[in-house]
Amino acid sequence: MREPQDRIRFEQLVLPHLNSAANLARWLLRNRADAEDVVQEAMLRAYRFFDRFHGGDARAWLLQIVRNTCYTWLEKNRPAELMTEFNEEVHQQPSANPETLATQSDDRERLMRALESLPARAREVLVLRELEGCSYKEIAEIAAIPIGTVMSTLARARNRLQRTLTATTAEEAF
Amino acid sequence: MNCEFSETIVHAYFDGELDAVRSAEFEHHLDGCEECKAELRKIGALRRQLQKSELCEQASPQLRDRIRKQIAKDANGRRSALFSGRRVFLIPAFGALVAAAASLILGLLIFQSHSRSTRITAELIDAHVRSLQPGHLTDVLSTDQHTVKPWFDGKLDFIPPVSDFSQHGFPLVGGRLDIIDGHNVASLVYSRRKHTINLFVWPYRGKEATFAGSGSRQGYNWLRWQSGDMEFCLVSDVSTADLHQLKELIR
Repeated sequence: MREPQDRIRFEQLVLPHLNSAANLARWLLRNRADAEDVVQEAMLRAYRFFDRFHGGDARAWLLQIVRNTCYTWLEKNRPAELMTEFNEEVHQQPSANPETLATQSDDRERLMRALESLPARAREVLVLRELEGCSYKEIAEIAAIPIGTVMSTLARARNRLQRTLTATTAEEAF
Repeated sequence: MNCEFSETIVHAYFDGELDAVRSAEFEHHLDGCEECKAELRKIGALRRQLQKSELCEQASPQLRDRIRKQIAKDANGRRSALFSGRRVFLIPAFGALVAAAASLILGLLIFQSHSRSTRITAELIDAHVRSLQPGHLTDVLSTDQHTVKPWFDGKLDFIPPVSDFSQHGFPLVGGRLDIIDGHNVASLVYSRRKHTINLFVWPYRGKEATFAGSGSRQGYNWLRWQSGDMEFCLVSDVSTADLHQLKELIR
């Protein structure tokens, strides 16, 4: 009797946050196809651990699992990405060819690249705050970091994004 | 930054994360600090740019489908493993009966409260879709909260909070009445970059915990929460981030 109940509860409480899960994974992995695989795996994990969910914010609970699954995947498949911290040199975009220059004039494209150039730990905090509208407390819970770290990371991430955007705009002006 | 306030404080203030005392202190300081004002404008411009670009990824229908199937398979797999793999010992029949009855009742209660929540969310989405049809959006058309609020007088047995958030990019368009789950609810209409947002407000009547959370249905995003003795739900085709921003303003 318990099993079908669990499944209904899961579908009503957790599954509605699938878009948030897909969004976080897409920005952490910077690739839609990989993100879909990881989200699928994270959802299955969430379902199996569902008896450990004791009410509260189902979105934060799910995003925490998605985030952990993403990091496990990155450690296995692209470990180099997790070693980069804030560092001016590492994230320079490869020099643009005429084709990418044309698309770069598109604001959305430019913003996407700038966001993707941030280190993973800055990117996730920024995405959770600006795209998912999470509070600092929720971000702290999802990323398993203190609120003070959320604050400082967010400030640095925004500055960094701003600088990258200004730099690419200046580049285009030439 | 040369001023006495650290940069993180500016960001926390912008995000509405400072407590009342620190927030007041910072506002007092802000009056005379051009540097902090400029920083706030910069962060605001960045947020607008991020939201304008619609960078939120949605799960594809294929992924949704795959996950549903996988969960169904996992549920069946686990059940059959349970029955075939374990030896069933003789348990005192009476105890088993009591336990089964208790879990049945508990299960039914949970099931009922959740299916009721889901039904209400579906009705709210329907009300939103209905409101988008020509002539259905507002019964009182005004951007003035002092016109919209009195309009509800005598039409409802509660007073919905009505505010205009034009300066934050969510202008009030008007108000309307809807019937959800057999009760009157107040519907306030806001606009966001030419998109329509409906805010449904009704008094908390249930005994069970309210269903808070967000999700999407038929392509519309919704966000539900409870505050004081009122329940709130935002429905729109704008991003969930926008809905969260409006929720912060309403609180």
